[in-house]
Amino acid sequence: MPPPGSRVHRGLAAGAALLAVFALAAVLAPWLAPHDPLAVADASTPVALQPPSAHHPLGTDALGRDILARVLFGGRVSLAVGVGVELVVVALGSVIGLLAGYYGGALDATLMRLTDVVMAFPSLVLAIGLIAVFEAPGLANVFVVLILLGWTTMARVVRGTVLTLKSLDYVQAARALGVRDRTILLRHVLPNALGPLLVAATLGVGGNMVAEAGLSFLGLGSQPPTISWGAMLADGQSDLMTAPWAAVFPGLALLLAVLGVNLVGDGLRDLLDPRTSGE
Amino acid sequence: MTGELGRILAGRVGALVPVLFGVTLLVWAMSALALGDPARASMGQRADPAAVERIRRELELDRPAPVRYVRWVGRLVRGDLGRSLRDRRPVTAVIAERLPATVRLAVAATLVSIAVGVPVGVVAAARRRSLLDHALMAGAVLGISTPVFWLGMMLSLVFAVWLGWLPVSGYGGGDWLHLILPALTLGALHTGVVARMTRASLLEVARQEFLQTARAKGLSEFTVVMKHAFRNAAIPVVTVIGLGLGNLLVGAPLTETVFAWPGLGRLLVVSVDQRDVPVAMGVVLVFALVYVLGSLLVDLVYLAVDPRTRHAAAR
Repeated sequence: MPPPGSRVHRGLAAGAALLAVFALAAVLAPWLAPHDPLAVADASTPVALQPPSAHHPLGTDALGRDILARVLFGGRVSLAVGVGVELVVVALGSVIGLLAGYYGGALDATLMRLTDVVMAFPSLVLAIGLIAVFEAPGLANVFVVLILLGWTTMARVVRGTVLTLKSLDYVQAARALGVRDRTILLRHVLPNALGPLLVAATLGVGGNMVAEAGLSFLGLGSQPPTISWGAMLADGQSDLMTAPWAAVFPGLALLLAVLGVNLVGDGLRDLLDPRTSGE
Repeated sequence: MTGELGRILAGRVGALVPVLFGVTLLVWAMSALALGDPARASMGQRADPAAVERIRRELELDRPAPVRYVRWVGRLVRGDLGRSLRDRRPVTAVIAERLPATVRLAVAATLVSIAVGVPVGVVAAARRRSLLDHALMAGAVLGISTPVFWLGMMLSLVFAVWLGWLPVSGYGGGDWLHLILPALTLGALHTGVVARMTRASLLEVARQEFLQTARAKGLSEFTVVMKHAFRNAAIPVVTVIGLGLGNLLVGAPLTETVFAWPGLGRLLVVSVDQRDVPVAMGVVLVFALVYVLGSLLVDLVYLAVDPRTRHAAAR
């Protein structure tokens, strides 16, 4: 965070504002939504694929459901997957990365070979392959698959930082003084690895959101009645010619949410690690 | 010099062995897990028991796991990836049929990202901190943040549905008009990355003294940028273009689905959806091999182009 009086990072501020709007919208979805997001129109009223109007601000989809309500509730799924997966990834990845970086040896070697293998696959392709292992598609599979894919990168980031920190004088001094390994790791190493960890985790949230939407778009992720922006886009594509709003708005929501996450991630990197910043 | 390069080359290729072992083991394990009960996988609950037994034998499900893996790799080396559960055709034949469409799309997308990304980066760097620079870089961030499949739908909405200039989707028997929108879509993310990288490396190079000298000699700013700065900024840009391979492979299933493009990405999605495990895992393996070998190639080109990396790698 910038010290008081310094210029606020513009990208970071814009990203944080965007994210705040999406987080609020997700929390307040039940109160903000003008209609029930699952309410299917009854056959007698012609409400399917209605263009945006006062009654349906973002129009309706092929089943007559209110798109604004679905975008709001879809945001809950997107953010929950993005943040939820990343929390597990951070916990798992940082523990493994800390231990591997600090102790080295067989654990480290195994970790590096494992990450090499996971990174040898284009991420979404491996995700699709892992999805195929499950019997029926669903959001829970997406959760598991994204954790399996994510922890290796996080462990590698933490491991790299630990390797640099390990040789620094103050860690060596603590060791020489006979401080227990656990205390060194938790009090001296982990706090200094938080910067890179935070940047990687933020960008990871965006990656998770895009991956979930992508898998759901392909029909391999969340299934009805779960509302996902990706699945809404898949539905919307079939009516692209007659009712473009069914595809425009869920995608716009996804774009803005991911843009917010990426801006915050880039901004954090500029602040926490000036060496890699753009200028 | 050649001895040094040869050693590095041997080291890089040697490092591939554990990766390839891991990749094949993972793909094999995924297919074994995904196949589960082949009766359900291929012919549903009320399958004929004799047919189920035939499939079990064909897939060697009655043998211990290590034996199955070794035999699977043995067949793999001979180019045998098994047969499709749907139409019994060899998986390699199915893949070979779809490969050209994906290669065509990937090459076109790479050309788009270079043809658009590099000039955008050069202009932004030359007009640093101007309104144009900010606008172009905002565009690059937008290109990186826009989900591939949504971008594809929006391009198709504007240029195909509203303006009617280009076809909505499909391969069109190889007609190049059908290639434009998918290539723009698949190339968009990487165009943004290339633009940012070009700008950043030009600015890095611009700090160096030889550019001051070139300016002091009275050369025009255009000549300074194009002849002196750009040449030296090209090395990281070449690497980034190579790294775009990952983006292409990730974007392929999505882009090909949006545009009904008959390539490997679409084949992967459809085969997972239909639980045609041999085809799905065959495609996953091909993508991984292309990615691993492609990255190695980029590494080697980098070594050949920039002598400094050679010294670093030899140490």
